Amino acid sequence: MTRLAETLLDALALGSVYALVALGFTVVFKASGVMNFAHGSVLLLGGWVVAATHGAVGFPLAVLLGAAAAAAASGLLHLLTARGLRGAGAHAATILTIGADLALLTALGRAIGADYLATGDPWGSAVVRIGGVHVVEARLAGIAVSVALIGAVFAAFRWTRWGLAMRAASADEEAAALMGVRLGRMRLTAWCTAGALAAVAAVFLAAFPSPGLDRSTGQLALAAFPAAVLGGLDSAAGALVGSLAIGLAGALAAGYQDELGAFGEGLPGIAPYLVMVAVLLVRPSGLLGSKEAVRV
Amino acid sequence: MSPPERSSTLTVENLHVAYGRAVRALRGVSLDLPAGRITAVLGANGAGKSTLLRAVSGTLGLHRGAVTAGSVAVDGRPLTEDPARAVRAGVVQVPEGRRVFADLTVEENLRAGELGRGRSGAATRREARERVFALLPVLAERRRQRAGLMSGGEQQMLAIGRALMADPCVLLLDEPSLGLAPRMVRQIGAIVQEINRQGTSVLLVEQNTAMALSVAHRALVLENGVVRLEGTAAELAAGDEVRRLYLGAAEEDGPATGGRPPVRELRRWTA
Repeated sequence: MTRLAETLLDALALGSVYALVALGFTVVFKASGVMNFAHGSVLLLGGWVVAATHGAVGFPLAVLLGAAAAAAASGLLHLLTARGLRGAGAHAATILTIGADLALLTALGRAIGADYLATGDPWGSAVVRIGGVHVVEARLAGIAVSVALIGAVFAAFRWTRWGLAMRAASADEEAAALMGVRLGRMRLTAWCTAGALAAVAAVFLAAFPSPGLDRSTGQLALAAFPAAVLGGLDSAAGALVGSLAIGLAGALAAGYQDELGAFGEGLPGIAPYLVMVAVLLVRPSGLLGSKEAVRV
Repeated sequence: MSPPERSSTLTVENLHVAYGRAVRALRGVSLDLPAGRITAVLGANGAGKSTLLRAVSGTLGLHRGAVTAGSVAVDGRPLTEDPARAVRAGVVQVPEGRRVFADLTVEENLRAGELGRGRSGAATRREARERVFALLPVLAERRRQRAGLMSGGEQQMLAIGRALMADPCVLLLDEPSLGLAPRMVRQIGAIVQEINRQGTSVLLVEQNTAMALSVAHRALVLENGVVRLEGTAAELAAGDEVRRLYLGAAEEDGPATGGRPPVRELRRWTA
């Protein structure tokens, strides 16, 4: 029973951090129709900046710097894909992000080396006991921060001019442009927001019980990709639901790995994809994704 | 009575537009929309009507088109190919096929209409909204409803109301009667006239020639990207050519009375 409770809490923690990343995928896709495969290495860049600067400026400021760096990198990537491939369409831009991912990953790999880097987070390896359940403090913090940030993004979608412009443009780009929405600016802010969220996610992906930030942290974030897809790529709420489902699948696979014997080995890694495939078989456009509009 | 809106003169001079550098959609089109008037642009499918509107509203780029020569100006100030600037200059387009944001509520659609005018005071916004609701009461009744759930006519009204939220001095309408029942077409025509009476200049692109000529002051007929005919609405309505080419098939109520369906229509069925 305790073990189940711990596993579920792990699932929630994992899911909420994935949600930060998945929301980034979704926001970028909604804004410009591009699947940003460089999102993982943007995340890694954010984490690396936190690791490199926390000694000098302290953890909170380092997180801000990391978020700013990741936002800038993501925005730059957008300018590169949008301007460099003017008129080539979203598919070409999507492929360009794969190239950008490789380039950024190589550069960061060199900078990070073979070590695990500490991000200087204040939670360390502290564990609290709630009832009979042991919970890692960093995971509780991850849940709290993710909920706050995701809430802020959703509130912005709902109540700000930026959010309205985003929703209008993702529904009908030309109609939004005719209302005076500056599509370029709106897309740029979407990419920057996605980058900043990813940097925060990097901190929690590197926090205890993970040994720290290393080259594979970016790949870890790729688990958020199936989360976004199974939720329905163009639905922010879907990204949340998808992330929780992926978090649950990952945590269950990890928590009961031993019982699964040979089959369980490596299962935590592929569980997100198994869940995604299972969902897409039943709902091809994802849990909450909009179906391709067909008008007769 | 509602306060008079600002009104402007729209001048299009010798406009050439090409798509993908190959298809020449407009070849030297000129038109004058005097302040406070309605000018109708008529013509068959593919004549260049929508292209003309895109050139004015700055959305050619979204269709891989570009102005290759000529100019568009509002009150003498040239418009660049930037839709956001056109909206700021007071030139606002209601797109063909309504294109309301289906998942957004009526209220949110109207708020989206304000996005282009920059940050305006709450009082200005409320005023604009009240004017839209006075003109189009159905929007006030449905304000919390999702736009996609409304009828075609109501969506057209929402599309017009959304554009009015930007406080236009020149309103561009792209086939507002498309796909609507005759009664609704008449209602939309009356709304266009009322908007114009309140002071907004209107450029009305229509295939429904009868409706367009009944509300417009002046009209021109586009054919293959050039202006074929031009004159006052009354002149064109009385002229043989327009009646033969367009009015015969465009009687407002039901089938044309006494007129044979035009050959063009027939060919579509027999081909």
